[in-house]
Amino acid sequence: MKKNHYALIILGSGPAGLSAGLYAARARIDHLLIEKGAAGGQVLLTDWVDNYPGFPDGLSGFELIEKMEAQARRFGLNTLTANVVSTDLSQTTKSLTLEDGSQLTCQALIICTGARPQRLEVPGEIELTGKGVSYCATCDAPFYRDMHVAVVGGGNTAVQEAGHLTKFASRVTLIHRRDTLRATKIVQEKAFANKKIDFIWNSQVTGIEGEKGVERIQLRDNDGHETTLAVDGIFILIGVIPNSEMLPLALLKAEYGGFIPTDNETRTAIPGVMAAGDIRSKEMRQIVNAAGEGATAVLAAEQYLNHLTL
Amino acid sequence: MASDKVQAIDDAAFTTVISSDVPCLVDFWAPWCGPCKAIGPVIEDLAEEYKGKVTILKMNVDDNPATPGKYGIRAIPTLILFKSGEIVDQITGAVGKKQLVDLISKAL
Repeated sequence: MKKNHYALIILGSGPAGLSAGLYAARARIDHLLIEKGAAGGQVLLTDWVDNYPGFPDGLSGFELIEKMEAQARRFGLNTLTANVVSTDLSQTTKSLTLEDGSQLTCQALIICTGARPQRLEVPGEIELTGKGVSYCATCDAPFYRDMHVAVVGGGNTAVQEAGHLTKFASRVTLIHRRDTLRATKIVQEKAFANKKIDFIWNSQVTGIEGEKGVERIQLRDNDGHETTLAVDGIFILIGVIPNSEMLPLALLKAEYGGFIPTDNETRTAIPGVMAAGDIRSKEMRQIVNAAGEGATAVLAAEQYLNHLTL
Repeated sequence: MASDKVQAIDDAAFTTVISSDVPCLVDFWAPWCGPCKAIGPVIEDLAEEYKGKVTILKMNVDDNPATPGKYGIRAIPTLILFKSGEIVDQITGAVGKKQLVDLISKAL
């Protein structure tokens, strides 16, 4: 028989969700992890992970997720593939509505819905997505063998993935709106040493053009000068926006466009609701944080559940 | 996606298969693409649900460079819906099931 109530539901299957799943399964908590597709999250967009402790040679984001999932499954992780479209978190029993209209309920909820790439919001971007506009260098780099591509952004993702793109593209132009990069020093040093990467500073992309695919982009520098750059593709890696559309943002006191503030134990403003990973309002969005927060959230959930049954 | 539930197609068979008046959804993917893996279970579900009504196929773009080149595919996963050899519509990225159902409905 299909069960529709759980002590704990974990929403999302990136590193935070899988870590929460591992801890919940090992703690023998009556749980369900809801994943949208296969496990993953934004880690899947990462070519190579060099900063997750325990893997001295690094590994791909894909491999890391496979290992995390296998580890949680070993302890009996219980999953459902479904898309949650809305949530009612105003009562002690929380209710989640799925895309097919069915409902699931739980006492405690851990939100690990993560974030997704931010769009530039310029003309041509949506029309040419998949035809030269990309948000995933790992996925699409091999289509740009011996071509010239632009990368937009100055953070770790943009600078690291610019390096990955040079394995295929003959030239990578990194476009950043400031005159210094935000990326970690070691990532910056690698990029500056890479002869295939050149930089356009203090400039923003104002438009993307092309007939069947991207042919050129329009740039404007901070003094207002406009130029055109011929490129075969453009990778937009300018940060993330939260996947929080299904959540009651006011109740959760969401900030910065949908990120969820929590205390140190990942507890949100709603009793029995925790948030972990990139959806949390915080400075550092790394895989290792997400995994740590997932574990913390399970402890907070367990304490909440114990308190309920007292 | 790499699954046995969704039939694979190659460059050689492509034109013949999509020429059918039975609508055909092709998932262009590669083993190194994480989002392609993420969308895999959804494609499997759809293949089951639309059995007999829509042919759902996958093409590994690493092994079959000609077809992705012909259709200007520069990002994966890309899903293209064909009917009688013509493109009805297409979508790129690890989208949700509802978006794919909406896509398929355009050929039914």
